[in-house]
Amino acid sequence: MLSDTERQEIDSEIRHAPAKSAVAIDALKIVQRERGWISGDAIKDIARHLEMTPDELDGVATFYNRIFRKPVGRHVIEVCDSISCWVMGSDSIKDILARRLGVGEGGTTPDGRFTLLPVDCLGACHRAPAAVVDGELHGELDEAKLDEMLGELRAKEP
Amino acid sequence: MPLEGRVTTIYIDNLPYGVKDGQNLLQASLTLGFNLPYFCWHPALHSVGACRQCAVKVFKDESDTRGRLAMGCMTPATEGTRLSIEDPEAKAFRAGVIEWLMLNHPHDCPICDEGGECHLQDMTVMSGHNYRRSRFRKRTHLNQNLGPFLNHEMNRCIQCYRCVRFYRDYSGGRDFNVFASHDSVYFGRYEDGALESPFSGNLVEVCPTGVFTDKPFKEHPTRKWDLQTAPSVCTGCSLGCNIIVAERYGEVRRVLNRYNADVNRYFLCDRGRYGFDFVNSQRRLRLPLVDGRELVPEGSATQALSATEGGSPRPAPASSEAKGAVVRRAVARARDILHGSRRAIGIGSPRASVESNYALRSLVGPDNFCDGMTSGEHRLVGMMKDIVASGPVRSLSLAEVERADVVLVLGEDVVNTAPLLDLALRQAVRTRPEAVAEQLLRIPLWDDRAKREATQGKQGPLFVATPYPVSIDDIAVKSYRLSPDDIARLAQAVAYAIDPEGIAPLVGAADPLHVVAETIGGSLGLAARPLVIAGASLGSEAILRAAANVATALAKAGKKDAGLFLVAPEANSMGSALLGGMSLDEALEAVRTGGADTVVVVENDLTSRLKEASFRALFDSTKHSIVLDFFRNRTTELAEIVLPVATFAESSGTFVNNEGRAQRFFEVVNPDEIVSASWKWLGLLSGRGTGEEIAWDTLDDIIARISEDLPALAAIGSAAPGARDVPQVHRVPRDSHRVSGRTANVASLTVHEPPPPRDLDTPLSYSMEGSPRGRIPSSLIARIWAPRWNSVQALTRFQEEVGGPLKGGDPGALLFGPASDRTRAYFDGVPEAFAPDPRRPLAVAIRHVFGSEPLSALSRSVSERIPSRYVGITPDAARSLAVADGERVEVTVRDLRMELPVRIMAGLAEGLCALPEGLPDMPYVGLPAPAGILKRTAP
Amino acid sequence: METPLTGNIRPDREPPSLKEYEKSGGYRALARVVSGLAPAEVTAIVKDSTLMGRGGAGFPTGLKWSFVPMGVDAPPGPRYLVANADEMEPGTFKDRVLMEGDPHQLVEGMIISAYAIQATTAFIFLRADYDLAEKRLKRAVAEAYEAGYLGKNIMRSAYSLEMYVHVSAGRYICGEETALLNSLEGKRAIPRARPPFPQVSGLFGKPTVVDNVETLCNVPHILANGAEWYKSLSLTAIGGTKMYGVSGRVNRPGWWELPMGTTVREIVEVHAGGMRPGYALRGLLPGGASTDFLVEQHLDTPMDFTSIPKVGSRMGTGTMIILDGKTCPVAFVLNLLKFFAHESCGWCTPCREGLPWVARIVKAIEEGQGEARDLSVLEEHCVALAPGRTFCALAPGAVEPLQSALKYFREDFERHIKERGCPWRAA
Ligand SMILES: Cc1cc2nc3c(=O)[nH]c(=O)nc-3n(C[C@H](O)[C@H](O)[C@H](O)COP(=O)(O)O)c2cc1C
Ligand code: SF4
Ligand code: FES
Repeated sequence: MLSDTERQEIDSEIRHAPAKSAVAIDALKIVQRERGWISGDAIKDIARHLEMTPDELDGVATFYNRIFRKPVGRHVIEVCDSISCWVMGSDSIKDILARRLGVGEGGTTPDGRFTLLPVDCLGACHRAPAAVVDGELHGELDEAKLDEMLGELRAKEP
Repeated sequence: MPLEGRVTTIYIDNLPYGVKDGQNLLQASLTLGFNLPYFCWHPALHSVGACRQCAVKVFKDESDTRGRLAMGCMTPATEGTRLSIEDPEAKAFRAGVIEWLMLNHPHDCPICDEGGECHLQDMTVMSGHNYRRSRFRKRTHLNQNLGPFLNHEMNRCIQCYRCVRFYRDYSGGRDFNVFASHDSVYFGRYEDGALESPFSGNLVEVCPTGVFTDKPFKEHPTRKWDLQTAPSVCTGCSLGCNIIVAERYGEVRRVLNRYNADVNRYFLCDRGRYGFDFVNSQRRLRLPLVDGRELVPEGSATQALSATEGGSPRPAPASSEAKGAVVRRAVARARDILHGSRRAIGIGSPRASVESNYALRSLVGPDNFCDGMTSGEHRLVGMMKDIVASGPVRSLSLAEVERADVVLVLGEDVVNTAPLLDLALRQAVRTRPEAVAEQLLRIPLWDDRAKREATQGKQGPLFVATPYPVSIDDIAVKSYRLSPDDIARLAQAVAYAIDPEGIAPLVGAADPLHVVAETIGGSLGLAARPLVIAGASLGSEAILRAAANVATALAKAGKKDAGLFLVAPEANSMGSALLGGMSLDEALEAVRTGGADTVVVVENDLTSRLKEASFRALFDSTKHSIVLDFFRNRTTELAEIVLPVATFAESSGTFVNNEGRAQRFFEVVNPDEIVSASWKWLGLLSGRGTGEEIAWDTLDDIIARISEDLPALAAIGSAAPGARDVPQVHRVPRDSHRVSGRTANVASLTVHEPPPPRDLDTPLSYSMEGSPRGRIPSSLIARIWAPRWNSVQALTRFQEEVGGPLKGGDPGALLFGPASDRTRAYFDGVPEAFAPDPRRPLAVAIRHVFGSEPLSALSRSVSERIPSRYVGITPDAARSLAVADGERVEVTVRDLRMELPVRIMAGLAEGLCALPEGLPDMPYVGLPAPAGILKRTAP
Repeated sequence: METPLTGNIRPDREPPSLKEYEKSGGYRALARVVSGLAPAEVTAIVKDSTLMGRGGAGFPTGLKWSFVPMGVDAPPGPRYLVANADEMEPGTFKDRVLMEGDPHQLVEGMIISAYAIQATTAFIFLRADYDLAEKRLKRAVAEAYEAGYLGKNIMRSAYSLEMYVHVSAGRYICGEETALLNSLEGKRAIPRARPPFPQVSGLFGKPTVVDNVETLCNVPHILANGAEWYKSLSLTAIGGTKMYGVSGRVNRPGWWELPMGTTVREIVEVHAGGMRPGYALRGLLPGGASTDFLVEQHLDTPMDFTSIPKVGSRMGTGTMIILDGKTCPVAFVLNLLKFFAHESCGWCTPCREGLPWVARIVKAIEEGQGEARDLSVLEEHCVALAPGRTFCALAPGAVEPLQSALKYFREDFERHIKERGCPWRAA
C-alpha cells in the first residue's frame, strides 16, 4: 500500500504528465525516498497506481542504478570511483571505509545503519576523492575526514 | 505520397537490381535472395537496428571507394543506392558481431531443442566466425517457469529484443519485459508464472535461438530433420490458420506456423499451436466397437491397448490381413444396419471436413442429412453464408483486417472466439497513426521504434460493443457494454447514421443509442477501409442482420473497400453451410416423428449441442446408431457401432474458413489400416450393393464428386493440387532430405526398413525423395527450409518478396465471387430495446480461448490453462444477492440447475449474467436464455 | 577578461537570489525577447553568435533550433525544450558549478531558448546525486514562477511556458539526448535512431530541443549583448567563453571560465598551477572520459572545437583529466572502460558485448594475466566500435581513450604482458 504522502506526491507528478506511466521514475524515487529502497511489494503497489503491470514498472526500475531493488542501510555512503577520484586515491578511501564499517562494496552493516556503495563520477573531480553521504557531498577526503564524518553520523543516531 | 510501391534501382556489389522503393536494404537484399545475416529485424516486427548483424558497406556514389558501414535494416533503399554485402570490412564486422554474441552463449547446441533449426547457428555459419578467442567466464542467468507452453533458457539469449517486441509491442501482452541493463539484460516475467498472452507460443519461432522453446515438444525432443511434416489447417476456430504439423513415431509432436500472406501470416495463437495434442489423447479410439466391444485384429488380442509412453493407447501390431478383416467386419455390420433401416438420418459436424460431411450426405441422401448444428447455430451460420455470399460487401481476409482503418466490433469477444483476429486488430489500430507519421515525419513503415516513439501508442478508431469487457478494450477508442439486442440496435442506428434515407431510425427516434451511433457512423464515414466485425457467439441473428446493414450502408455510401468479418463457430462451419442440410433439432424431429430408425453421427459429440434429455431421447427413439469419432465420448458410449476415425493429422480434406476460403489439410501421420478418415469409412458404407465396391476411393475422387454435385463447392478442388495432378517423382516429401534414415522413421516399432506407406490421396509422399524445394506449390509447403537457412527464417526464400505472397500465390480458394456482383438489400427486423429484469438476468455465453473449443481442451498443455466453470454477474447483482467473488450460487437456466461459483464482472451489461460456454465441466445450456440465480443457503 | 557565465558565482556561498540576479542584469534579456523579438529573430541571433553546443558534440545551437518545424509546418500540440543536466561524463564538473552557482542564469537561458522554438514545456533533466543543484534549481524555478518569468503570459506577453525539474535515477546513457527523452517519458533510457531527429519527433513524439546546461547559460548573455560581443569573447572563430576544468595531480584542480581557444598549456600550467611536485604530466584527456589522450607535444593546442580534433582528440566537455607519471596508464584506462561497459544500455551488440570484453582484457593485462594477442583484440575493438557501427555514440566514445592509450602508452601495455604484472604496483 502506498502511503498518503507517497500517493499525493505521485499524483502531483501525474498532473503534468501526458500518461500515468510517464511518471514511473518519479514515482519510484518518491517511494524510495520514503522507504530507502523499492521492494517487490512496492513495485506492485506503484505499478497498480500507475496502471502499469509489475513487469512494466520493474523493467524500468531495474534499468536505473539509483533505484535500489535491495534494502540499504539508514545511511548510504557513496564513494566515487570514477577516473579523477580513482587517480586521487578513491581505492584507499573505499578500503578505509570497508575496514571501519566491516562491510564490502555494496554491503550493509548488520545493524542496518550503513551501506557502502561505489558511485559514478559525482562531478566533483576537482575535489577528488569525493563521496556523497545521505545526499551531501564531501570532497578532498582522507582518513581523518572519513573518521570525522563517520563520527558525526554515529552521533546523530547513537 | 506513399513511400512504397515504386520500383527503384539499387546496386549490390556493383550489379543493378530493381527493388520496391521505400524498403530497407536488408529487406531488399533478402527479397533478392542474398544471404545477409540479421537478428533483431523480423519481417513482421521490422527494424530497430539493435543487433548490428546486418551491416553492409554503403557508398555515396560510383566514385566513392571507401564507403561507410551501415545497418541494412535501417537504411532505406532509394534510387541509386550502392551497397556491398561482400565488402571485406563489412564481412569482418558481421563476423565480429557473432563473436560478441557468442561470448556468453552457452554453445549447448547438442542438448538445445533449437539445434538444427536455430537462426543463431545459421547466422554463425553464414558470418564465418569460427574460433572462440575470449578466455573469460560466461555470464549466467536463472530461468523462469513460464507455464505449460514455453521453456525458458536465458543463458542462450543473444539480446535481440525480438521477444519483448513481439510480446508487448506487437501482441499487446503486458506480463513480460526486459529487465536490467548492459550485458545483464534479462527477458522474462516479473516473477515465475504462466505467460498470459494467448500468443505467447509465437516466441518459439520469434526467438532466433533456444531461449524460448516449445515445452510440450520438449517431452520428446526431436530434431527438425527427423520430423515428418505436412501442410495443414488449424481446427481451433473458424479462421483456418495455416499450420505445419510434425509427426514422429505415429504421434503428432508439434505445430508450427505456416505462412499464408492472406491469413495468419507469421503467427498462430496458443490454442492453435498447442491444441493438436487431442490427436494423441488417451481417449482415442483405435479399433471399431460393435455393441460396445472392440473388434481386435487376430494375433494382437493379448496386447491390445498397450499404451505408448504418455501417448495414446494403440493396438499391438497385427498383420494387414487381420486388420483388413476387422474393417470388413465392422463395415459389414454397419451396412447390414443401413440396408435394414427404414430411414437413416446422417448427423454431420461443422468441425468435420467438407469431404466427410459430403460423404455422409451422400450416404443418407440430401434429405436425410443434418449439418450437426443446433437450430440456432444452423440459422446463424446460414445467415452468415448468405451475407457473405450475396451482400454487397466482401468478407475480408485476416491480412486485410490488419489494414482496416476504422473498425466496429459487434458482440464478438474476438480473442476467445477467433484469437488471431485480436492480433490482427492490434495491427489495424496502428495503421492510421503510422500513416500520419509516415506522411508528416517521413518515418518509413519499417522503422519500428521511430514509428512507435512518434505515435506514442496512439490508436486509430476501433469501437467495441459487447456484453462484457473484452481483450480489445485496451485498443478501443470506446467500448460499449450492451445486451445482444441492444448491440443489434446500436448497429442498426449506426447504419441509419450512415444512410438515413435507406434505413429507418430505431423505434423512439430519440433513443440514446442514436447519439452513440452518430459518433461511430461519422468515424466509419471518414474511413477509407472501414470494417465491421460480428459473429455467432452471442447467438443473435439480429446482430448479424444489423452488422450486414452497416456494411451495406457503407457500400451504398461508396466505400468500395469496406469490409465485413464474420466469425463462425467452428473450423468448417462455412463449409457445412454450403453443403446444406437440416439442423439438429430437425433431425431430432425426423427421428421422433419422421420414421427414421437409424442415425449415423460423424465427428460430433452430441452432448455438446443437446440437452441431456434430448440427447437421451435421440438414442432411445432410434433403433440403430452408427457413430464415427476420434474419441470415446458420451455419444460413442451409446452407439451400436463405433468406427474409429482419423483426425486432421491422419487424414486429408478441406475446410472452408469464415471468409469463405477453402483450404486443404494433409495427413502427416500415416493412419494405420483401421483408423481412417470419416469420408473413407463412409465411402465403404456407401457401396449400395452387397459386394466390396465403394463409392470413392481417393480424395481426388470425392472432391471430383463434390465439384460435380455442388456448384457452390466446385472450387474446393483448386485449394490445392490433387494426388493425380502431381506425378509420382514430384510428390512433396514429408521427410526432410536430412532425415536420420528410413530405418529411424519407425524405430519405435521396428529397426528394419519397411517400405514407406503409400499415399494415394495426396500429392505428398512418405519419404525423403520428391520434388525439389523450388518447385513445390505453395499449398504443399511441408517445411520451411532452404540451403543455409535451417530455421523458420528460411521463409523469405518462399516468398515473392519479404512479407509478401508466397511464390506462385498464396494457398486456398475463395468460394465467393466478387462483391460487385451482389445486390442484397437491407435486412429488416430490429429487436426491441432490452428491458433488464433484475430477478431473471439474461444469461449470455462467454468463451475462453483455452477450454471453449472441445478438441484443443483435450491437449495436455492447454488443459492446464482452462478455467473452471462459473457464473459471471454484475456488481449490482452481487450486491443484491449479497454474494462475494467465488461464493457459490444456484443457477437455473431453462430446466438446468447448476451450482456455480460467482465471478463478479465489473462492466457486464446491466440485466445480464454470463455463462462460460463449452468448458469441459460445463453442460450444454443453449444460450442466450433467462436465468434464475439464488444465493446458496448454508447446507 | 569577461566571464559572463560565472560572474555571479561565489563558491561556497548561496547562489544569487532572484533579486540579486535581477540586480546583476538578470532577466533583462528575457524582457527584451518576449517584448520585441520574434522567435525566428532569437534563433537568428543565436546562429550569428556561433554558439556551439557545450554538451560534447559541438553542434551549432541556432542551427539545431532552426530544425524545429515552425508556423504552418508545425504539428499541433506541445513542444519541448530540455536542459541536459545529466553531467555524468567522468571528469566533468562544469554544469554542476553553473547550476549550483547561478541557477537563475540557466532558468533564464531556458526560457529564452524555449521562446525561440515556441516550446510549451521545459524540463531540466538533472542527474541523480546533484542534491544541492536540485534544491537550488527548484528554488529558482519557483521564484521565477512567482515573478511571472514562468507560467502563463510571461512578463505579460502572449508567451507561456511551464518548467519542471526532473531528477534522474542514474545511468550515464541518460545524457545521450534521445535516451534522455525515453527516460523523461518514464521508460528505459535506450537511445533512439535518427532520423527522425528530436527537433521533429522528440519527447512524447513532439518537437523537442535538448541543449546542454552550459550552452543554455550562454543564451541570456548573447541576447543581452549581441552576437558580435559574444564572438569577441573568443580567441577563435567560434564565439564565447568556455568552462574549462582540470582534475588530477595538479596544484590547483578546479574550473575557470576562459576565452574559447585558450591553450591546453595555459589552462594546465597557469590556471591549474601546473603539476604537483614530484608528478610529471604523461597525458591528459582534454574533455572528459570519452576523449582521446593528448600528450606533452599537444600542450600548445588551443582548446576549441576545431583545433583539438586536428591533434586527434575532441574538446568534449572541456574538462581535463590528467594522467600523471606515477599512475599506471593501463589501470587508468581500465577504470574508464569498466565505467563504460557498466553504463552500456544493453541495446546494441557491439557496445553491450564488446565493451565488457575489452574491459576484461585490460583488467587481465593490468593484473598480469595479459596475453600477446590481447593487444590486437583491443585494437580490433577500437575499429569495431567506431561511429556508425554502434547504435549511439557511447561505445565510440568509450574506445577513444583506449585507442590513444594504445598509441601513446603502448610500451606500458606490453610491459604488463611481458612482466606478468603491473610495474606501478610493484614499485
Ligand atoms: C553517451 C553520451 C552521454 C552524453 N552525456 C551528456 C551529458 O551528460 N550532458 C550533455 O549535455 N550532453 C551529453 N551528451 C551529448 C548529448 O547527446 C547532446 O548532444 C547534447 O546534450 C546536446 O546539447 P548541446 O548541443 O548543447 O551540446 C551525451 C552523449 C552521449 C553519446
Ligand atoms: S530472449 Fe530470444 S528473442 Fe529475446 S532477445 Fe534473447 S534471443 Fe532474442
Ligand atoms: S537486423 Fe539490422 S541491426 Fe539487427
